[in-house]
Amino acid sequence: MKAVKIIETLDTEINDLAFSRRQALNKGLNLGLKGLFAAIPLGLLFKPTKTYAATSSPVDVLNFALKLEYLESSFYTMGLNAGIVPSSDMAIISQISKHETAHVATLKSAITASGGTPVPEPQFDFTAGGTFSDVFTNYTTFLVLANAFEDTGVRAYKGQAANLLGSDLLTAALDIHSVEARHASEIRRLRGQKGWISGNMTAGLPAAIYAGEDNTTQGGVDVTTVSTISAAYIMESFDEPLTMDQVLAIAGPFIKS
Amino acid sequence: MKEQKLQEYLQTTFATRLKRKSFLKYSALSGTALVLGLDACKKHNNNPSPMGSTTDVGGGDTGILNFAYALEQLEAAFYIKVNASFYSGITDDEKQILTDIMNHETAHRDFFKAALGAGAIKQLTFDFSSVNFGDRNAVLTTAKALEDTGVSAYNGAGKYIMNPDYLTLAGKIVSVEARHAAAIRDLLMPKTASFAGDDVVDTTSGLDFSRTPNAMDSGHPMSIVATANTFLTTKISANQLP
Repeated sequence: MKAVKIIETLDTEINDLAFSRRQALNKGLNLGLKGLFAAIPLGLLFKPTKTYAATSSPVDVLNFALKLEYLESSFYTMGLNAGIVPSSDMAIISQISKHETAHVATLKSAITASGGTPVPEPQFDFTAGGTFSDVFTNYTTFLVLANAFEDTGVRAYKGQAANLLGSDLLTAALDIHSVEARHASEIRRLRGQKGWISGNMTAGLPAAIYAGEDNTTQGGVDVTTVSTISAAYIMESFDEPLTMDQVLAIAGPFIKS
Repeated sequence: MKEQKLQEYLQTTFATRLKRKSFLKYSALSGTALVLGLDACKKHNNNPSPMGSTTDVGGGDTGILNFAYALEQLEAAFYIKVNASFYSGITDDEKQILTDIMNHETAHRDFFKAALGAGAIKQLTFDFSSVNFGDRNAVLTTAKALEDTGVSAYNGAGKYIMNPDYLTLAGKIVSVEARHAAAIRDLLMPKTASFAGDDVVDTTSGLDFSRTPNAMDSGHPMSIVATANTFLTTKISANQLP
């Protein structure tokens, strides 16, 4: 009980601190999207929710994934309802929205079938406390966040694959993972970016989303030493995973409860 | 050192299968970056034919990685040919995409070769005479098939991988293949749902396809191995994989 209180107090303090820094950044430094998250240590953005401790059983992994899918599903539904998607992109955004909604249902059944209980849908604040206040009135901002969620989603699933080693749940997770990558590619290209991640280039997104994407060593092999392909291309050739904590740090500002 | 020399001698002298066995032994002695197991050398005695004999990718994790290596060799060779002489009327955007993908697939190929080390299957040879490289639609349709196949192959092999590090590696590559697939599909059918179309992503579950190397079903009358073999002059098999 005591421990819980301490955590809650810390939680509040951390959030207050993060908030005040965010305000300071917005008002004083005017770093814009690029600098916002980069300037705040990850630990301060990460809300220590009680659901996700260090353990990662298959059900934990699926519930973690479900939380992200809730976020994406809700995001696209709200974007479509807001009427900001131009007709030229409607087929694309609708298709993505359809998939994210399907992923929520698929994960819920998988969790139940595995003897777990699906986490309830959190409440979201896609403005992240006002940072993205025009997310549902400005299509450009909407695409920025779509890009952020898709690329983060790809990294999130990848980071959990090993926790599902050898299981059918792994296949389902991989089958979602590649769909998120298709989405990411398409959204990035709508934004005039390459479909693939170039090093840790953020293209206007928080640096945490691309941290470590400039890696060129795979499976103990420094690929630059065994290939004539340039380092920049090698970085593009491999997407990198994120840990649960890293992902929750990125998603945290959008989750109200 | 002596052993190594002997292996090198064998390598240049004997047929593929023997070569691979020796290679694997060499691998065990020197150690490769991934320290792949020796499970791949168990069954190599079936179906010997004098020339252009079938190359089996082996079993276990090594087999899966070799299967991936074979597909990456195929993709790299295809895009190298595409880039050698672009189809007429190609746009700058298309050129950029096809150049990027060539480099990615080549990096994948080179990575697998190095990581598998002595356990790697040989360099495959290709026959792309069925593809009209001067024709945009032919090139992009083939690219689409290769990328979608790659995605489903990695997805399907995932659960048979025993080593978590290899699994993560496969994950690092498959999402890049999926990014390619989406981009190529969008070039063929711009601004439509095709990038993650209902033909590849199940509309109810939202799941992409996953297929094991030899699996066939109503939607896929040809296995991935058989499909790859249509472009290979040296055929591959995956007799120890599902």
